[in-house]
Amino acid sequence: MSRNLIIGGVLTVLVVLAALISFVWTPFTHTAMDIPQKLQTPNMTHWLGTDHFGRDILSLIMVGARTSIAVAFVAVGIGMLIGVPLGLWAAARNGSWIDELIMRGNDLVFAFPSLVIAILITAVFGASAINAIIAIGIFNIPVFARVTRGGALPILAREFIMAARVSGKGDARIAFEHVLGNVANLLIVQATIQFSLGILAEAALSYVGLGAQPPTPSWGRMLADAQTLVSIAPHMALIPGCAIIITVLGLNLLGDGLRDMLDPRLRVARV
Amino acid sequence: MLRYTLKRLLSLCISLAVASLVIFFVIEVAPGDPATFMLGINAQPDTLAALRAELGLDVPKWQRYLSWIGGLLTGDFGTSYTYRTPVAQMIADRLWVSLPLAIYALTLSTVIAFPTGIYAASRRGKAGDTAVMGATQLGVAIPNFWFAMMLVLLFAINLRWFSAGGFVGWDNGLGAGLWSLTLPAISLALPQAAILSRVMRSALLDVLGEDFMRTARAKGLTRGQALWRHGLRNAMIPVLTIIGLQFSFLLAGAIIIEQVFYLPGLGRLVFQSISARDLIVVESVVMLLVFAVIMVNFAVDLAYALVDPRLRSRT
Repeated sequence: MSRNLIIGGVLTVLVVLAALISFVWTPFTHTAMDIPQKLQTPNMTHWLGTDHFGRDILSLIMVGARTSIAVAFVAVGIGMLIGVPLGLWAAARNGSWIDELIMRGNDLVFAFPSLVIAILITAVFGASAINAIIAIGIFNIPVFARVTRGGALPILAREFIMAARVSGKGDARIAFEHVLGNVANLLIVQATIQFSLGILAEAALSYVGLGAQPPTPSWGRMLADAQTLVSIAPHMALIPGCAIIITVLGLNLLGDGLRDMLDPRLRVARV
Repeated sequence: MLRYTLKRLLSLCISLAVASLVIFFVIEVAPGDPATFMLGINAQPDTLAALRAELGLDVPKWQRYLSWIGGLLTGDFGTSYTYRTPVAQMIADRLWVSLPLAIYALTLSTVIAFPTGIYAASRRGKAGDTAVMGATQLGVAIPNFWFAMMLVLLFAINLRWFSAGGFVGWDNGLGAGLWSLTLPAISLALPQAAILSRVMRSALLDVLGEDFMRTARAKGLTRGQALWRHGLRNAMIPVLTIIGLQFSFLLAGAIIIEQVFYLPGLGRLVFQSISARDLIVVESVVMLLVFAVIMVNFAVDLAYALVDPRLRSRT
């Protein structure tokens, strides 16, 4: 196992564990305000200090991890659920008008950065974590469609696909039974990358007020709250920022490690 | 090259037309009527009807779409529901902050990424390469708005080298304007530089293994000469793609960074417009951003063909 895979795996597991544990235990109730204890730097009682309302930052970080992970996870799910079948379809109809239509559609969606999609959705339906998920999810669709199509094309040219076709299997069955399994490695690696981008996007959207709304804790909102207090309570900005960096770094290293681990098989598959 | 350009031009026009349709109709499904929002729920029906007529909301949607598109083509973006001033003027005023910021950041990221990427590729597997790759791994993971806050804390609050926010305006001279955009540009450029540096390194490593590089060396060129004359040009294709893609992220990123530094750019305009339900401004700003992304990708496509003549004949 590569060093990237181990470090990335450990960091990711730590963040996921913190999020899971927060369902049953946090050092303090994350919504509990304690004004006399406000803006405390890290100490024995509040390990990561308190915010401007005296809320325990460790508890907020743990519960905030749930928001980040949930938003990024569902957004990756949306991207995969729609993007992968589209990519498979485009590959199966390579060169046809369907392929052209899907790929040009992808280019069009690419012209809308997730923030711009979020602005549009928010202008219409208002800001919420759900809308952040939709915005990031829509942006993920063309990414998965492209990766799937790119991975599926060489597979579709191989002999076992021809054998499947001769045995009477249709395009859809071939795509799901024979192609999907062979591009799964590529998709796993891409999903890890999109997951980390989703964490960053969720934080950015929440920071500008287009994502999770109070009282739902989110790392991006914590940074927005910290902004005006950064000179007197820098820990309020430092800690959520470090939480984001650790999560994204962990996922990126995990993605790199997975790619390194899965690459030999991919190379064999491409031959 | 002409055929290639025309084909790309046609694709560009279709993309712009479809994008404008999507933006217009997404905004059109917005619940609530701007006139009702402006006058309040207790407004008299005849006052409401008069305002709807004044804002052009009483005509069918397709007619409004055509008039919006016609206006965009002639530089008339309509009138802001809230400020009652031309949207084009509002956008133009803000664009003088956002666009220089994005270009400044793109320049910085390229200036940082090229030498570091080339350095890492030339030191493959050695300590220098590992250090650069470690730094870029961290750079990619850092949210730019958080990095911006840290820059403010260090350089504006503690060292007092820069202002913590705001924009002095170009009237005070190019130097003063650029100085006040420096921290925002650095915070925008850092993650992009990290990505670009990694792409530069891997593109160069791919090229360094090619036969023509061996031939160039066999002809007597030094490693540096071969890299400069043959390697860089061939490595530019993926690098150009990423630079093109980055521009859209930089424009979008600029919207967020403007919030950190309280810059009077497109970002602040769009957020103010969302809260005031000034949808005509949101519509136009979003269209402008999407237009910029599509145009940059078009320019990148043309740049490909210039860098790699093989691409012209393929299409």
